[in-house]
Amino acid sequence: MTRIEELVKEQADKHGRQRTSLMPILQAVVGSEHYLSEDALVAIARELDLSSADVFGTATFYTFLDTVPRGKYVIRVCKTITCHMKGKDEVIGALEDMLKVKLGGTTTDGKFSLLQANCLGWCHKGPVMLVNDEVYPEISAEKAVEIIGGYLKKG
Amino acid sequence: MSKYKVNLKINNIAVSVDEGTTILEAARQLNFTIPTLCQHDDLCVAGNCRVCVVEQKGARLLPASCATPVSEGMEIQTNSLKVRQARKHIVELLLAEHNADCTKCFKSGYCELQDISNDYRIGDHIFLDLVKEKDKERDISSPSIEKDDSKCIRCQRCVRTCDSMQYVSALAVTHKGNNMRISTFMDKPMNDVVCTNCGQCINRCPTAALTERNYIDEVFDVIYDPNKFVVVQTAPATRVAIGEEFGMEPGSRVTGKMVAALRRLGFDKVLDTDFTADLTIMEEGTELLTRLKEALVDGKEVALPMLTSCSPGWIKFQEHMYPDLLDNLSTCKSPQQMFGPLAKTYYAEKINKNPADMVVVSIMPCTAKKFEAERPEMRGSGYKDVDYVLTTRELGRMIHQAGIEFEKLEDEKYDSILGESTGAAVIFGSTGGVMEAALRTAYEIVTGKEVPFTNINIKPVRGMEGVKEASVKIKDAKPEWSFLEGVDVNVAIAHGLVNAKILMDKIKSGEANYHFIEIMACPGGCIGGGGQPMPTNMEIRKKRAAGIYEEDEAMVLRKSHENAEVTEIYKSFLHEPLGHKSHDLLHTHYTPRKRQ
Ligand code: SF4
Ligand code: SF4
Ligand code: SF4
Ligand code: FES
Ligand code: FES
Repeated sequence: MTRIEELVKEQADKHGRQRTSLMPILQAVVGSEHYLSEDALVAIARELDLSSADVFGTATFYTFLDTVPRGKYVIRVCKTITCHMKGKDEVIGALEDMLKVKLGGTTTDGKFSLLQANCLGWCHKGPVMLVNDEVYPEISAEKAVEIIGGYLKKG
Repeated sequence: MSKYKVNLKINNIAVSVDEGTTILEAARQLNFTIPTLCQHDDLCVAGNCRVCVVEQKGARLLPASCATPVSEGMEIQTNSLKVRQARKHIVELLLAEHNADCTKCFKSGYCELQDISNDYRIGDHIFLDLVKEKDKERDISSPSIEKDDSKCIRCQRCVRTCDSMQYVSALAVTHKGNNMRISTFMDKPMNDVVCTNCGQCINRCPTAALTERNYIDEVFDVIYDPNKFVVVQTAPATRVAIGEEFGMEPGSRVTGKMVAALRRLGFDKVLDTDFTADLTIMEEGTELLTRLKEALVDGKEVALPMLTSCSPGWIKFQEHMYPDLLDNLSTCKSPQQMFGPLAKTYYAEKINKNPADMVVVSIMPCTAKKFEAERPEMRGSGYKDVDYVLTTRELGRMIHQAGIEFEKLEDEKYDSILGESTGAAVIFGSTGGVMEAALRTAYEIVTGKEVPFTNINIKPVRGMEGVKEASVKIKDAKPEWSFLEGVDVNVAIAHGLVNAKILMDKIKSGEANYHFIEIMACPGGCIGGGGQPMPTNMEIRKKRAAGIYEEDEAMVLRKSHENAEVTEIYKSFLHEPLGHKSHDLLHTHYTPRKRQ
C-alpha cells in the first residue's frame, strides 16, 4: 500500500464507505495533501467502489477541492464585486510582488499558492482574504503582506 | 397490484391513466408528441433540458412533462402559445452554445436537436453567441468513439447510460457553471479510461457529441481500388435491424436484401460472420467440455465457470473490473475475429488470392468491435485480420449514399465458402443465443441426442430479464462422457454490464455454482448493440429479438455441428477443435487493465 492509499483507507475507516462519505474523505485528503492527486482520486474511488470519473466529477465541482498541486498555504483573495471595489487588485498585486508568483501559481518552494475566490460572505468587511481556513477581513495591500509575512516566518 | 386511475385532460381530451404516469407518457397515449431531449425510455428521469415543457391550467410555471406525474383533474396544453414560445427559447438557448455546423456533421439527418430546431423553425440567434468559447477539438483517441464537446447539450443521457445500464461510469458530469462538461477521469482521452467502447452512450446521444468513429470513406476507397480484393462479413444482429435505417419495422428480417445491397456496393464477396459463429460453438463447446473433464475427472485446478468471450465490450469491462478472473474467460476469439484470420489464410488459399491484397470489412451491431479489430493480438494471419469495422448505421449511410433503394431489392444469397450457417449462429444476435447454441451442440456431443426442449428451442435462456439461470440435466451420456451422467449443467446469462456485475460478484464471493456463463455487454445482446439503428429501446429490442428467433426457425439446419462448411474446414484445415491451428488463429489471451 502506498502512503496515499493508507491515508485514504484510514479516512474511509473513519467516515465510512458510503457515497455520502465521499465529501469528508475528499476534504480530509485535501487537508493533509493540499490537493487531490490522480493517485489519491483513484485510491478514493477504489476504497468506496465508485467510478474514478465520478469522484473526479465531484471534486471538480468544488473550487476548494483542488485537483492541481497547491502550496502548504493556499491564499484566496475574494474577487467578487464588493471586494473588487474595495481594492482586491492592490492586495493581489502586493502579494504577487512579495511572493514572486503570478495569480493562480504556487511558489517554487511549494509554500504558497495565490488564488482568487468567489464571494466569501464577508462583503461588509471587504476586501477579504482566506489563508487555508483562516479568514482575514478588511485587509489592505500592506496588511496582507504583513499577514503572509507571519506565515513565512512560521515555515 | 391494481393501480389507481388518474383522470386528466390533455389538449381538452379526457384521459384516464395509471397513477405515477408522467404527463409525457399520458400525452403519448393520446398520440400527442411532445419534443424531448434528455428523456430516454431506457433511462431514469433527468428533467434537465426543459424542451418538453407543457402548460398546466392554474400553475404559474410550465412543468417539464417528462418529470411530472399526472394528478387528478389536471388540465394540460401541450402546444399553447406560451408553450411554443418557451420551447423556442429553450432550443435557442441550447443552440447559442451549440456548434451547429449541420452540413458537415455526421449526425445531420439523424439528429434529435436538429429535428426540433427544424420543427420550430429556429432562425436568428437572439441570445449571446457562446459557440466561439467552445472547445472544438474532437477526442478521436478511441478507435470506436468520437467525442465532440462542442456538440454536447449536457442532457446527460450518456452519463446515465454508462452508469445505470453499464456500471462503468466512464463519463461523468465534471467541473461547474459555464465550464460544466461531460468528461472522463482527469479529462483523459476516451481511450485511456475505463470505457468499454460498448457505444450504448452513442446510441442514446441526441446530437453528434458522441458518435462512432466512422470509416465509410476508407471502405469506399478500398472498394474502388482495383488492386484490392474486399470481402465483407455480416454479424447476426445486423440482419434484423438494418431495415430500420430505411423506415422498416424493427425486427424486419432483411438478410437477403442486405446481401444484395452489399453486392451492389461493390464488395467482391459477401460472407457471413454466422459461419464463424458456428465455428465458435465448436471451439467454445469443446473448451467447456474439456474444462469440465479436467475438473471432474482429472481433478485439475481449472477456472470455472467458463465465461463467453464474444462481446468485446464485455471483455474490456472484465479486464478493467475483474482482472483476477480473466482465466475464467473462454480463450475463443469473437466470431468477427475468427473470421478475419480464416479469410486471410484458409479462404485466401482456396480462392487463390494474396492475403496482402485482401481487405476484410465487417458489418457489426457493435462499436466495441472497432476497438477489438485494433488489438495487437488480432493479427493471427500475419496481417491485420479485420481491416475495417462498420456499424449497422454506417452501412445504412453507405447504402443511402450509393442510391440503392434497399426496400425494393430482391433477396440474394451469401457467397460460398464462409457463407454457410445454421440457426444456432443467427441466435448469437440475441441475449441467451450463444448459450442456446452451445447447449444444442454440447448436449448432442455428450449424449448423441437433441437437447430435451420442444423443437430445440431452449426457452429458459431467452428473454429480456437481466440475469437468467437455467439447468440442463445430462441423461444417457455416451461412454466417453460418462462422468457427466446425471450432472445438472448450470448456466447463467447476463446482458448489459450492470447485470454482468451481478454475476461476477457472485463468482467472486464463491456463491455461484454455474458451469457456463454467457455475457453480452449490451442490453438485449447484439440486437441492442451500440452500433444499431437509433432509437433503441425495450420495445425495439424485443422486436429485433423476435426477428432473430424467426430467422432461426426458418433455417434448415439449426445446430452448429451440422454446418457442412464447418465440418469441411476441420477436415481439411483446422483438423480438430482446440488443435494447433485453432490455437494460432482462433484463440487469444487477455490483458489486465486498471479501473480508472
Ligand atoms: S449535432 Fe445535430 S444540430 Fe448539431 S451540428 Fe450536428 S446535426 Fe446539426
Ligand atoms: S462506450 Fe459504453 S462504457 Fe464507454 S462511455 Fe459509452 S456507455 Fe460508457
Ligand atoms: S454527450 Fe450526448 S448524451 Fe451526453 S450529455 Fe452531451 S449531448 Fe447528451
Ligand atoms: S464580495 Fe468579497 S466577500 Fe462578498
Ligand atoms: S425531455 Fe423533459 S426535461 Fe428534457
